Amino acid sequence: MSRLARFLSVPEAASGTLILALLAAMALLAPVLFPGDPMRIAGPALLPPFQDWSLPLGTDRLGRDVLAELFHGARTSLAVGLAAAAASLAIGALVGTLAGFAGGLADEALMRVTDAFQTVPGFLLALAFVSIVGPSLGVVVAAIALSAWTGPARVARAEVLSIRERDYVAAARVVGMHPVEIALREVLPNALPPVLALSSVIVAGAILTEAALSFLGLGDPNRVTWGGMIAEGRTVLRSAPFLSVVPGIALVLTVLGIYLAGEGAVESSAVRKGLS
Amino acid sequence: MSVLASVRDLAVAYRRDGPLALQGIDLDIMPGERLAIIGESGSGKSTLALAIAGLLPAGAVQEGRIGWPGLARAPLGGRDIGFVFQDPAGSLDPVMPVGRQVAEVARAHLGLSWRQAQERARELLARVRLPEPDAIRHAFPHQLSGGQKQRVAIAAAIAARPKLLIADEATSALDTIVQAEIVALIRQLVAEDGMTLLFISHDIALASELADRIAVFRAGRIVEIGATAAIVTRPAQAYTRALLDAHIGLDAAPLFSSERPHA
Amino acid sequence: MTRALVLLRRRLVGSVFVLAIVVVGTFLLLESAPGDAVDAYIAATGGDAGLVEALRQRWGLDQSELTRLANYLWALAHLDLGQSVAFSRPIRDVILERLPNTLLLMGSATALSFGLGSALGIYAGSRPGSFRDRFLSIGSLALYAVPGFWLGLVLTVLFSVKWRWFPIAGIETVASGRTGFARAADIAWHLALPVASLGVIYLALYLRMMRAGMAEIWRMDFIRAARARGIARRRIVLAHVARNALLPLVTMLGLQSAQMLGGSVVIESVFSVPGLGRLAQEAVAQRDTPLLLGIILISAVLVIVINLLVDIAYAALDPRVGASEAGA
Repeated sequence: MSRLARFLSVPEAASGTLILALLAAMALLAPVLFPGDPMRIAGPALLPPFQDWSLPLGTDRLGRDVLAELFHGARTSLAVGLAAAAASLAIGALVGTLAGFAGGLADEALMRVTDAFQTVPGFLLALAFVSIVGPSLGVVVAAIALSAWTGPARVARAEVLSIRERDYVAAARVVGMHPVEIALREVLPNALPPVLALSSVIVAGAILTEAALSFLGLGDPNRVTWGGMIAEGRTVLRSAPFLSVVPGIALVLTVLGIYLAGEGAVESSAVRKGLS
Repeated sequence: MSVLASVRDLAVAYRRDGPLALQGIDLDIMPGERLAIIGESGSGKSTLALAIAGLLPAGAVQEGRIGWPGLARAPLGGRDIGFVFQDPAGSLDPVMPVGRQVAEVARAHLGLSWRQAQERARELLARVRLPEPDAIRHAFPHQLSGGQKQRVAIAAAIAARPKLLIADEATSALDTIVQAEIVALIRQLVAEDGMTLLFISHDIALASELADRIAVFRAGRIVEIGATAAIVTRPAQAYTRALLDAHIGLDAAPLFSSERPHA
Repeated sequence: MTRALVLLRRRLVGSVFVLAIVVVGTFLLLESAPGDAVDAYIAATGGDAGLVEALRQRWGLDQSELTRLANYLWALAHLDLGQSVAFSRPIRDVILERLPNTLLLMGSATALSFGLGSALGIYAGSRPGSFRDRFLSIGSLALYAVPGFWLGLVLTVLFSVKWRWFPIAGIETVASGRTGFARAADIAWHLALPVASLGVIYLALYLRMMRAGMAEIWRMDFIRAARARGIARRRIVLAHVARNALLPLVTMLGLQSAQMLGGSVVIESVFSVPGLGRLAQEAVAQRDTPLLLGIILISAVLVIVINLLVDIAYAALDPRVGASEAGA
């Protein structure tokens, strides 16, 4: 059974993948289905949903098309989630591999630095970073990665500590490979799988953190974000609660999809080993 | 009423369509006897022990009958059957003091209060010849040696005065000297409490010191069964003879001559 | 007791290093901000170049970075966190005022999520694969995906606006003059929704951890041995399976404390609870860099203290910890 088929045979993986596929479709099709600036005025303000079929989910406080905002917001969430996860995994894997491979004082120092980054609450750090450098998409990604890299770093280091005792590393050393080259060419690729297993958790966390930052007004002001939509809807919470509720549902479904796919991946590899 | 347990046509497979771990087993266990089940890995001897004790894993399929004419009711683990596992560390909860683990068995079956059960536990720990039972009952498993842990396991197995004690490779994970001590301990306890003993082992020499009867298992079937003396001196089956021959004792002739080394 | 002390001493030494890195790191981060507290003050209050010069000198912002770092470290040694620009008060005072509210919020949320989460997890894990197990598993996964601030808004809409069971914001009824038990009850009533919003995600987490942990422990040999000894099922579930599965949850308590502190920022914002998290948001809004730095430092100290306490609790619960060092 091919890997993909096996993966999709697990119900969690199938449903998770379905949700993520829908999300990706939303993100990719946004400029096609809703061309133009999603933040422009599209109709009368506070139009309830399901009344005007050219504005299926109604409009917000300023008259913007909620459905268009929802679709364009998917782009931001997906972009931030994937970019932040990639950055965190890359930094973390690098630091963890170097620490585990170098050992001794360098390892100790790097681990204390990792501890420091884990001790400061990640959201506070992101808050401080974004407020200092200024809100933009890249800054938000960097802010999230600033605290998210510690998890992959620890996992990578643990893997490397066990790998570096193995024969093929000793062989590389005998051949005369430079230690840094060994670390990056032999050890790092083999330490990656458990690190990558963290990716679903990191992506989900990144999306939620970005939403929280946008909610507090620290997201990219030029982009539509679900968090920003929730914040906007808060001002009319009594009269039009759906404006805050709907983007939140989108967030829940997205994160749920990621978790399901992640759990499904774990399940399917367990199935392959014949454990379940 | 002269049979404790009777096994009739027992067959066991660990999976519904899997290979048979046991087949066509007919066996009577007499009260007060010491029966050894001997066999190599995969012979089904542990499976028999687990089946008799009702400890087969979920998903295992069992056919045939295990009757208990020697008991007034269906057997209950702890109360009627004491089980000692092969791995001493694996049979004890790592975060609970060993004394409490023995006491909880007494409390579960003898209707004792916690204080009475703790007292009984202390007596049992002394009976299995653990040093300073009063102190050791507060110890945790990781603080004890393998032999000490196994003694605790034995104490827990006999805490509720069961009629049948099953020792499933109870000494196989221990050092040789400790092995001998544990075997001696089991022999003494069984005699003192009048228990029936089912001793599972791969070591026929060890079993022959302990058992009245020996049953030899191979590939899920009984090859031979009879009194120890008879089996050991005049084995009827070739397989039994092979098992006996394979055992190397100190009085056996050396494999290589010590006179001249090979060039 | 020896075990705990050996552990504590080693962790304290490590913590000092970590704290030093946090201090220096945060200082450098906040130094890199374009414009400083004086610019923010001038932007808000207005003034000329002369005033800028004078303020810079008064607040010591015209000296070199290294000098300022040294001054800051010296002040820290005297437990002086500097002066808040936004509030014109010592930062230490501002933080100490707000800290108890956050501690109350976090403490309650942790107690709720840990207690209820583990209990439900035990309930689910006592029968792996049963209907209640699967139901709670899926339910908790859905809860785990919910953003806390959004949940806060939804709860507000339902319970405060529509049904008026709970107040919308704040930590207590202003100027009510209540004392003692009545005041405590009033605060509890105000904190109900914030605690729920903050705690739900962790409730799901502990539920899932307990469930998964129990499923794993059920398969272990010593549980089979306990069944062989005829121990009652209920006792096996609680005294053996759950008791062993509890250990990773305790560790998680420490690890999640940093995240929960971060989460309190948004929750306190949504519910206008005057705590440390809300203070951080205000500091950001008013570009009060020294205050932000002070909050980050105090948060780090808080996380370190919580982790130390958790480690001690863990050592008390797991007799195997530190056994080789303390010479058991």
